[in-house]
Amino acid sequence: MALSLKELSKKEELFSSGHRLCAGCGAATTMRQIMLATEDPVVISTATGCVYVATATYPYTAWKCNWIHSAFENSAATISGVEAAYQSLKRQGKIDKKIKFIAIGGDGGTYDIGLQSLSGALERGHNFLYVCYNNEAYMNTGIQRSGATPLGASTTTSPAGSASYGKKVFRKDLTAIVAAHNIPYLAQTTPAHWRDLMGKVQKALAVEGPTFLNILAPCHRGWRVEMKDSMKLARLAADTCYWPLYEVENGQWKLNYTPKEKKPVTEWLKPQGRFKHLFSNPEYQKVVDRLQETVDKEWAALLKKCVVESKPPETETKTAPARDVC
Amino acid sequence: MTNLQTKKEPGSVKDIKSARFAAMTGNNAIAEAMRQINPDVVAAYPITPQTEAVEEFADFVANGKVKTEYVAVESEHSSMSACIGASAAGARTITTTSSAGFALMWEMLPIASGLRTPIVMYVANRAFSAPLNIHCSHDDTMGGRDTGWIQLYSENAQEGYDNMIQAIRIAEDQSVRLPVMVCLDGFIISHSVERVDLLDDETVRKFIGENKPPYHLLNVAKPITIGACALQDYYTEHKRQHSEALINSKDKILQVADEFAKISGRKYGLFESYKLDDAEYGLVIINSAAGVAKMVVDDLRGKGVKAGLLKPRVYRPFPGKEIRDALKHLKAIAVMDRVDAFGAGRTPTFTEVASAMYGLEKQPLMINYVYGLGGRDIRLEDINNVYEKLMDIAKKGKVDKVFDYLTVRE
Repeated sequence: MALSLKELSKKEELFSSGHRLCAGCGAATTMRQIMLATEDPVVISTATGCVYVATATYPYTAWKCNWIHSAFENSAATISGVEAAYQSLKRQGKIDKKIKFIAIGGDGGTYDIGLQSLSGALERGHNFLYVCYNNEAYMNTGIQRSGATPLGASTTTSPAGSASYGKKVFRKDLTAIVAAHNIPYLAQTTPAHWRDLMGKVQKALAVEGPTFLNILAPCHRGWRVEMKDSMKLARLAADTCYWPLYEVENGQWKLNYTPKEKKPVTEWLKPQGRFKHLFSNPEYQKVVDRLQETVDKEWAALLKKCVVESKPPETETKTAPARDVC
Repeated sequence: MTNLQTKKEPGSVKDIKSARFAAMTGNNAIAEAMRQINPDVVAAYPITPQTEAVEEFADFVANGKVKTEYVAVESEHSSMSACIGASAAGARTITTTSSAGFALMWEMLPIASGLRTPIVMYVANRAFSAPLNIHCSHDDTMGGRDTGWIQLYSENAQEGYDNMIQAIRIAEDQSVRLPVMVCLDGFIISHSVERVDLLDDETVRKFIGENKPPYHLLNVAKPITIGACALQDYYTEHKRQHSEALINSKDKILQVADEFAKISGRKYGLFESYKLDDAEYGLVIINSAAGVAKMVVDDLRGKGVKAGLLKPRVYRPFPGKEIRDALKHLKAIAVMDRVDAFGAGRTPTFTEVASAMYGLEKQPLMINYVYGLGGRDIRLEDINNVYEKLMDIAKKGKVDKVFDYLTVRE
């Protein structure tokens, strides 16, 4: 399927309207793009979180595909079981359809409580795509900090106060942790770069074996921005190199987007209420400086790893050894 | 309701075609049942004392003896999560665990039953830490008795084998659609070699039949949403349906037992009554210790003491009415559990049985013992002492101390 708006407008929306996610929710836009990018039938497993509670409240569902939720920390383990059932029944000749499997989790369900489940499923080589919609905190339960929350962000469990500038430690680099599992394909993207995101979904689903997408999905409630600005913030995250768009394909790191002019990280920080305190207290300038230094350092390290600079990905089929190496 | 009692029919097994005997540990017998069931998916994590069962099953997979997709998960939380996914996808699914593994998957147990996934799980009962102990207590499954699963208990390897095969039929029945756990005593049974009477593969295959899920995740033509959230407006109705399905599963469990008797010559009920019909003094005791207690009953009967015993098999749904009917004529009863319910001052089975006896005009006197924790041996003389205590309180007509630990250093 060509990724043109004209073609996409003809496709049935498998993530339907009527769900209860906020207007301007980055995760909702992400889900819509993922589902529009699929071609074969898919089974989705979703971790507890915003996308779960707002899309499947009995007796309604926004999912026009087979879909399961079982708990918070086990989206990857749950889809492992579904995929194992598929492999078994297919081998026995009880199923002939080609079906794809996608596990979805927020940053809480992926960086934190679901990390073990994700790691196990990646190591076992199930044929599935894991999508982390990363809005950088536990937004569903009221903006508590996660392992993805950036340094200096004020959340309800890392609040800025007279004795604190907010979260005191850096986010972890989950994409690199996933890359260390040596899976055939993984990437970072944002829903503001829709062609990049959808191309990556198609590429991941075409690969044999486990694949992973880390998608920065702005949450205007948690980031304290206007709801109309979600996509703008996602674009700024890429333009400041805070959230580079890249992919790792069979061990090769490729940069998918180089901003014409690398903007200072303050352009991404300043519009967000969660960083407001960093700019009202001169003492906290050092936190902003550390954020900029870290972005610069990580960007330079990424450029070193990326041997090839590529355009937004084509959708050719690639296979890599996964379940059975021989 | 008939067939409440296990009636041993010695000799009848000779009529069963291709029956064969083997010397097996409890774990061997469970693994053999799993091979014969030949499930679509097994997701399991090794933990003592259940480990041998998964090792042996992994061997069957490695040697092409089963068609199973074996998912070697990284934890029990993931094993139960994967089983839920597999079962929801229409696969016949089995897992195995013990103790801490059971505790780690705890969150997923009511989810498995709430989503009505007919998973079968073998549990080799083992004590909870601390202090760490790898031997038998019933902490795990007694703690999990209200997770919405059907629970079948097994005295020995034979019963474990037979329960596994019946569990598949019970779980997958359209009127039930609930997960079933099959429990037997860790080490005492899981690691002891006994003679087991095995059915032939074809008989098992025919008995369990095909798994026919009414809907599942791999039916592309009819997409479904499994696991939606239900709040104040619908949650209660979901729970009520679950509760009714579990209570109503009793009839199906008995029907499956009847059919199983036809292929095996071994008859199962909701519990086993041993010399209880005319008994005056009785024990209620679960799993392997019931075997020891039966020897004491025989010995006492030889001395003219009207001793008997009731061994629960189906613990969930709890057959309260049937147990009351079986026990109400006794003078005195000791309910013995291999687990304490800390702070309750009564063990789980005592509470269940006492609740079942509530409302009788003439209630038997009842006492409650905790015994055999962490695999501590229960000896013939220990059981004999309990019967003597029962005779004593029956004579006095009153109970001085309801709850106590048996064989403990004070």
